[in-house]
Amino acid sequence: MKFMQCCVCKEKPATVHLTQIVGEKMQKLDLCEDCAKAKGVNDPTSFAMADLMMGLGASQELDPSAGIVEIKCPRCGFSQADFKKSGRLGCPDCYKTFAEGLAGLLKTMHKGTRHIGKAPEPLRQTRDKAERLKLLQKKLAKAIEVEDFELAAQLRDEIKAINGGETPARIR
Amino acid sequence: MSSRVRLARNLRHAAFPGWAKKPERVKVMEMIMPAVSALPEMADAFAEALDNLTSLDKQLLVERHLISREHAAKSVGSGLVVNRTETFSVMINEEDHLRMQALRPGFQTREAWQAVDKLDSALEKKLDFAFDNELGYLTACPTNLGTGIRVSAMLHLPGLVLAEQINPIIQSVNKLGLAVRGLYGEGTEALGNVFQVSNQMTLGESEIGIVERLEKVLAQVIEHEENARLTLLEKKPKVVYNHIGRAYGVLANAHSISSKETMNLLSLLRLGVDMGLFPGTERSLVDELFLITQPAHLQKQISDKLSAEERDLIRADMVRERLTHVGRPVTK
Repeated sequence: MKFMQCCVCKEKPATVHLTQIVGEKMQKLDLCEDCAKAKGVNDPTSFAMADLMMGLGASQELDPSAGIVEIKCPRCGFSQADFKKSGRLGCPDCYKTFAEGLAGLLKTMHKGTRHIGKAPEPLRQTRDKAERLKLLQKKLAKAIEVEDFELAAQLRDEIKAINGGETPARIR
Repeated sequence: MSSRVRLARNLRHAAFPGWAKKPERVKVMEMIMPAVSALPEMADAFAEALDNLTSLDKQLLVERHLISREHAAKSVGSGLVVNRTETFSVMINEEDHLRMQALRPGFQTREAWQAVDKLDSALEKKLDFAFDNELGYLTACPTNLGTGIRVSAMLHLPGLVLAEQINPIIQSVNKLGLAVRGLYGEGTEALGNVFQVSNQMTLGESEIGIVERLEKVLAQVIEHEENARLTLLEKKPKVVYNHIGRAYGVLANAHSISSKETMNLLSLLRLGVDMGLFPGTERSLVDELFLITQPAHLQKQISDKLSAEERDLIRADMVRERLTHVGRPVTK
């Protein structure tokens, strides 16, 4: 009978099996006892697999015989091994370079994975504009539905104004 | 006791300070320092590179909560700008290129957010911040990603400590995704019964949402503290009076006292002021002592070559002298 191989050293039989569900994704890890110990897996209940996933890449990179190309940030030369060491990234571009590995980590760390809140001014304006337009269009549809044409006309003018038309004198 | 909001920002085209080499850090600082100093809020501000400061100066800044301990450990390529009234401080090349914070006395997290928001909006006109539509402001540590905001308040909670209710409170606050730390932030002790409550998550919730959520929790913690004090006074007044009376006794008569003991006893004195055992006018004296008896403040006033033992003697003299006009606690 063939043993399940440890996914780190690829030599010894795996006796420690971890499964963690992050969001909708299930991740599985099979480790031998030595590698599990080396990774600090003692208490699987309080164990964040995200750390291990990031770390796992690192140990593969460190082993030249594994023949896996080390991922490095093209902008700053930062690698996954460096992240494992410091818990910090190298430069803003690292978020793109390591997007895949980070996604799971961010999910466990934060309330959401999409930024809500302040944005730099130019972005803020386009975003606010888009939101205002959406709201006005909703109101317009409703006004037409209830046949309040006076309001509808007013809303139509407002939308026009936001889209770069002249500000009609009727508003305010 | 005080409120604080800090924002983490980074320049788009530079490596984060922890990864950047020295010349790049220096370049980043030379870009940021003048931009920050030129802000109207920073008129006449104290702006300095950290390598120009002595370790005593840095410790003093830590004691005043103007820089973090991590920042105090930095040198070449890092800097700091603090305005005259100490309501704004900007750390340059700490963990991120910019860590700007607004400090306010008392429970004013919202005001602090509005102030730092304004500072940030003024700065973004001059500096190109790293921002991603999906991930928000990009930070060196993924834990600060998104808004880059840390809202925190210092709470003086002697009632909950005396009533032995502090641990369950900390645990329930933690469960709400908020951190409770000691006086100087991460990994520090709650000296003088002062606790720092702050948000941990920065992505997926708006700044004002985070401020409001923290405000709600803070209001609840403060209410628990008030209840704990009332219950203590009602059920165990002698225990409370004993603690406060002994604290007064030691502080008013000691000839050698450590910084830690001073803070813990001053906390009880402050509680005494809150409970009406001392005149309300003495609160500012207690708060002042809380600050000026800390090691770096003491050395700055006297001499920077004091040993710990010598400091304990001078500290005791200082406290004794200031307390001579404060009468014994009056219990009902």
